[in-house]
Formats: sequence, structure tokens, C-alpha cells
Amino acid sequence: MSRLLPLLAFIALALLLFVGVRMNSGKDNSAIPSPLLGKAAPELLLPELVLPESHLGIADLKGKAYVLNVWGSWCVSCRVEHPVITELAQSGIMVVGYNYKDSPEDAARWLARYGNPFALVVQDRDGQAALDWGIYGAPETFVIDAAGVVRFKHIGPLTPEIVQEKILPVLQEAP
Amino acid sequence: MKNIFAALLLLTGILCSGTAAALDPIDYHSPVEEQRFKALAAELRCVMCQNQSIADSNAPIAHDLRMEVLRLMREGRSDDEIKQYLVERYTDFVLYEPPMRGGNWLLWMGPFVLLLIGGIAVTAVIRTKNKQPDAAGNGAAGEDW
Repeated sequence: MSRLLPLLAFIALALLLFVGVRMNSGKDNSAIPSPLLGKAAPELLLPELVLPESHLGIADLKGKAYVLNVWGSWCVSCRVEHPVITELAQSGIMVVGYNYKDSPEDAARWLARYGNPFALVVQDRDGQAALDWGIYGAPETFVIDAAGVVRFKHIGPLTPEIVQEKILPVLQEAP
Repeated sequence: MKNIFAALLLLTGILCSGTAAALDPIDYHSPVEEQRFKALAAELRCVMCQNQSIADSNAPIAHDLRMEVLRLMREGRSDDEIKQYLVERYTDFVLYEPPMRGGNWLLWMGPFVLLLIGGIAVTAVIRTKNKQPDAAGNGAAGEDW
């Protein structure tokens, strides 16, 4: 029995490490879970980016569920997720653009070039208001329900899977 | 040889200048403020590059957080209030010394638990070795080491 002990200890340790690796595989460990989940979203007190297609103001968001997408014209991954955002917006979900650390000219040019999926774009030029949202980069995506409560947050580019498995169920569930 | 030395010196210079340039100069109101700010910034973890403190990181968000910390300091908030402010927005991830709550107890206690297990194992091994009668015949526990 005592001769088996080292082997058993080794197996136990291997099992522990294996479980640890399995638990973390496919998960972005650098993503910080949002402390805002289940809490009221911070108020958007930001200037709107004036665009020909904008048909909503910040005041129109009250009482409606929406997806808030943090992006910047400097952000490469935002270009990657852009088709996903566009599809989401075309399916009838209100998507609000949070233009992060960008100049209005660059932002407008980017939207003109790749298409503007956003019902409304708010501008956070210096990234000061982003601190209240716990934003630390782009892209980041929030889902806010009709009561103004943050229901979901994703850090990094959106994929069709995340939209199907996370965002749409949350929006359907939301009051 | 001399050339290699010169190259190394140059390389060191380049590497060091990178970090120096990353940290934008701040106009401190007083040396006390500077000291407090530096101590506080070193305790806060950058959310973007999580192996650096916000004092060391040149990520844009680290710069923003440094400015925010300085702003809050000048508003007269205490160190704990500033940490709380950041935890509310970025969770315990921002603290290099996370509080002992929730799942964090494992983080704090894990090493001691492992040490305890190791200690028990060592004791067990020594005891069994001592029990085996050796050539000299002094098999009593705890005498021969």
C-alpha cells in the first residue's frame, strides 16, 4: 500500500490539473466579469455622434431593451465582429454604438466605409465615462433590458454563437 | 568584446527608455501626494495586461485609471475608498491583494494547505523509516536523525 502511495498522489495531482485545464479551456481568462450584471446600467451622459442615419436619441432608449456595442475605428477586432453586429441589428434588435476613444471624423468615416448598424452612436472621446461601465477596451458588448438593468456582458469580438446562445435568450427573457 | 559591451549598453538604454516614456509625467502637488499615488498605483492591477500594475503598464486604460486615481485622491478620498470605487467597476481583479471572501479563501489558504499536506507526508515518511529496524538495531522512533 505504501509503495502505491506516490502513484496515487501523482494520479490525484494529475486529475486535479486535468480538471483545472478542462474547466478553463475555451474560456478567455483575461476577461473580467462585469460587476454591473443585474444592476442598473450607468446613465449615458455622452454626446451623440451626428450621422445621417441616426434616428434615435439617448432619451429614446428609456424603457427599451438594447445592445450596447463598444467600438472604435482604431479597433481591428471591431471590424471582425462588424458583420455579426450588422446581422443582429437587421434582425430588429436595437444596437447602440459606444464609440470609444475615437475622433468623430474617424468614426463617421469607418461607419461610412463598413456600414452603420447602429440606431444611435454615443461618443466617449477620452474614455472617462467608460470607467463607470467597467469598459477597458474594444470590442465589448452589453445587453441592457427594458428596465435599464445590465443583463449580459461580453468582452472581445461577438460571434454568431454568442449571439444565438447568449444575447438572444437574454433579450427574450428580459421583460 | 568592446563592441559587444557597447551594444549591450545601448540595448539596455533602449529597453529602459521604453518604460520611462510609457509613464507620462504627472504634475504632483507635493512629494507626499506623489508618494501616496505611487504606492496606490502599484497596488492596483491593470485590467488589460493583468501581470502589471497600473503604475507599470502603458496600456491606455492603465493611463486612464492612473488619472482617475489621481483625480479621486485630489477629491479627498481615502485609499480604501479609491480601491472600492475601482472594485465596483472592475471587480476584485484590480486588487493585487484580493480580500478574503467568496472563492478567494482558496487563494489565501491554498499554499498553507499544501504546506500542511507536505508536512504530514514528510512526517509519515520519517516515522515509517524509523520504525524499520536498521543494522545497528536502534529502531526506536526519533533517535537517529
